[in-house]
Amino acid sequence: MSMEATAADDHDYTSTGLPTWKVGFWTFMGSECLFFASLISTYMVYKGASTTGPFPAEVLNIPLTSISTFVLLMSSTAMVLALDGVQRGSRKLASFWLAMVIVLGGTFLGFQVYEFTHFVHEGLTISQNVFGSSFFVLTGFHGAHVTVGVLWMTILFTMSVRGKLTPADALKVEIAGLYWHFVDIVWIVIFTLIYLLQ
Amino acid sequence: MSGHDSGHGNGLWSWITTVDHKRIGVMYFIAALVFFVVAGAEALLIRIQLWGPERDFISAETYNQMFTMHGTTMIFLVAMPLSVAFFNLIVPLQIGARDVAFPRLNALSFWIFLFGGIFLNSSFLFGAVPDTSWVGYANLTSSQFSPGRNVDFWLLGLSILGVSSIIGGVNFITTIINLRAPGMKLMRMPLFTWMTFVTSFILVTALPVFAVALILLLFDRFFGANFYRPTAGGDPVLWQHLFWLFGHPEVYILILPSFGVISDVIPTFSRKPLFGYPIVVYAGILIGFLGWGVWSHHMFTSGLGPIADAFFVASTMIIAIPTGVKIFNWIATMWGGQIQLTTAMLYCIGLLAIFTLGGLSGIMHSSAPVNLQQHDSYFVVGHFHYVVAGGVMMGLFAGLYYWFPKITGRMMDERLGKINFWTYFVGFNLTFFPMHISGLYGMPRRTWTYAAELNVSLPNMLSTIGAFIFALSALILVYTLIKSALAGEPAGPNPWKAATLEWSIPSPPPHYNFAVIPTVRSREPLWREDERREIEAVTLKEPDVEPVMPNSSYLPLLLASGVAMTWILVMTGKWWAPLIGLAYTGVWIIVWAFEDPFAKKGA
Repeated sequence: MSMEATAADDHDYTSTGLPTWKVGFWTFMGSECLFFASLISTYMVYKGASTTGPFPAEVLNIPLTSISTFVLLMSSTAMVLALDGVQRGSRKLASFWLAMVIVLGGTFLGFQVYEFTHFVHEGLTISQNVFGSSFFVLTGFHGAHVTVGVLWMTILFTMSVRGKLTPADALKVEIAGLYWHFVDIVWIVIFTLIYLLQ
Repeated sequence: MSGHDSGHGNGLWSWITTVDHKRIGVMYFIAALVFFVVAGAEALLIRIQLWGPERDFISAETYNQMFTMHGTTMIFLVAMPLSVAFFNLIVPLQIGARDVAFPRLNALSFWIFLFGGIFLNSSFLFGAVPDTSWVGYANLTSSQFSPGRNVDFWLLGLSILGVSSIIGGVNFITTIINLRAPGMKLMRMPLFTWMTFVTSFILVTALPVFAVALILLLFDRFFGANFYRPTAGGDPVLWQHLFWLFGHPEVYILILPSFGVISDVIPTFSRKPLFGYPIVVYAGILIGFLGWGVWSHHMFTSGLGPIADAFFVASTMIIAIPTGVKIFNWIATMWGGQIQLTTAMLYCIGLLAIFTLGGLSGIMHSSAPVNLQQHDSYFVVGHFHYVVAGGVMMGLFAGLYYWFPKITGRMMDERLGKINFWTYFVGFNLTFFPMHISGLYGMPRRTWTYAAELNVSLPNMLSTIGAFIFALSALILVYTLIKSALAGEPAGPNPWKAATLEWSIPSPPPHYNFAVIPTVRSREPLWREDERREIEAVTLKEPDVEPVMPNSSYLPLLLASGVAMTWILVMTGKWWAPLIGLAYTGVWIIVWAFEDPFAKKGA
């Protein structure tokens, strides 16, 4: 064998052909699954265990949360289109759809802030009962994930506007998209288990 | 002896900013060794206190702090980082990679780990040492029953360490999936790499469960939540479920790396390939899976009911099978081999004997009715030390003696090594075997003294003598390490004539590891003459063009300081305080995202 460097010597070479960041991020998503699974299980274990009110049926507003859920689902569509824009090399499309993700994600967060404030006025706090504790910690951590996502999208948006997101950078957007869709899916589970199946 | 400084410089700053997996491994190792001495000293205080009945060498409060910190430190700051040190030092070399998948994240893991360890131990300075044992059962840990800062140090310290482990796990999974040399198929990987792979999966899945258990406790203590407060409908047993759902897989996080080490060492010193390679691999994977289904055997006394108990009795007995299979594989590997009794090999055989004993006492208390008698007694303390101090640590020490020449380029002193092993073996058994007896006589664990009428004075005295022999052994090890690192015989690339890829490169390895990435054609590439020559033709020569390696970076240290700061600010009890830490962390994350690891220096 000669001493010439082979393809394996390039620092972009991978055994599977998949980009390393993508494999790493999927692994991290697996870890996040267990994180939310534990929080959701805690909520489910404590369902109906509260000794004092307010109880879920008294405060949860299904129509209102359905709207915010719809908004979040639509943000995933915007995310898909934003990635498409980056892959096509269209600065305009990419920037527009990234902005939409930010607006829709931000709207969802706005709904959540409203909901939390409203609950506190109704007397439901984190220390009121186990429903309050498990509800606020679970949805709060989800909201924190959405916030991180919105900040991430803001950075990508800034890059896109400045023309620093070329088709070669599509992987960056794709990974951000993975995260965004994941957070979205977690919300579908939360919405179903907490709001719809009271 | 210039391996580590080629391409790096050797000043303190070059170590602080390093992203080289070998240097990070060395730092993990040294940090773990320091914590090993600390946790060992704590154990000695416990043993002096228990030298005789009704002594008051240390107070009951101090005693609680000592066994809490001893357990927490040994598990999270010694055994785990020692394994991670070997992941770092060896895995990229075994699979033919130039570094791990994310070198900067790797450095980040280390710094977060170090800050977490320092934070946990800084509780000594504030006189608020954690004192609720390493399992920290609710609701003893509630602000009602533990009003001081002690539990806060424990829960925040462990949270920081958890972040480090998850990042590390992600990094090694990605490395092993994606950075194997051409021809290094999964079923050709050395067993240590395989067990690192399995362990990393457990790390990324089990640690988030523990994180949630700790977060719930954090909200209970700082923000008045009710997760573990029975008066408000909360349930302390939830802590036990979450804790052991993490805690039992954690046992396999500890032991699988050691299984990996001895699966590489035993073939080398038996001059035979590993017996039943696929079986050992599959058994390891099976242990990783089954490890998730046995957690409630730690909770037989909490009243789960006969059906749950029966399930966990059965699952616990089943998990003994793949473990037993491995034991037979190792014995069969040695069978008929030309065994060389090096120190590394002695530690392997020691592990086989001691871990098997620990496994047998484990099967004893897998039976729920027997368990009820043994629960919380010294029998259990004896059992898990056989598994951890005997199994896990002996495996890691085998790895230390085996790979030390590769990393430093110098041989370890075999004569001192054997003294180290035998003092370890004798001290270990003298310390922990009598605990089975004192336990069966009814001596409870986590109790600062015992009555003379319990008739356990003799076994306790023996345990204390053993502990000092054990401590002597640790000192011999430290001396051997320093002496060998400074003045050991030069090792050469492959002093043990071993079969796997890490032995094909110079010792110590150049900073880029492989001048040219070799192509692998079998499981034992260096034992097949034609393949060995082909590989060494490219791995033992100076490269024509030096491979491009990522630059050093100060960002891992700064980002880690942000993670630590965020958790520490939780201490203030103000909900907005950690946000300051998060903002500070966020700044470094953004700088990090825009740093090009391969940017030309000075450009």
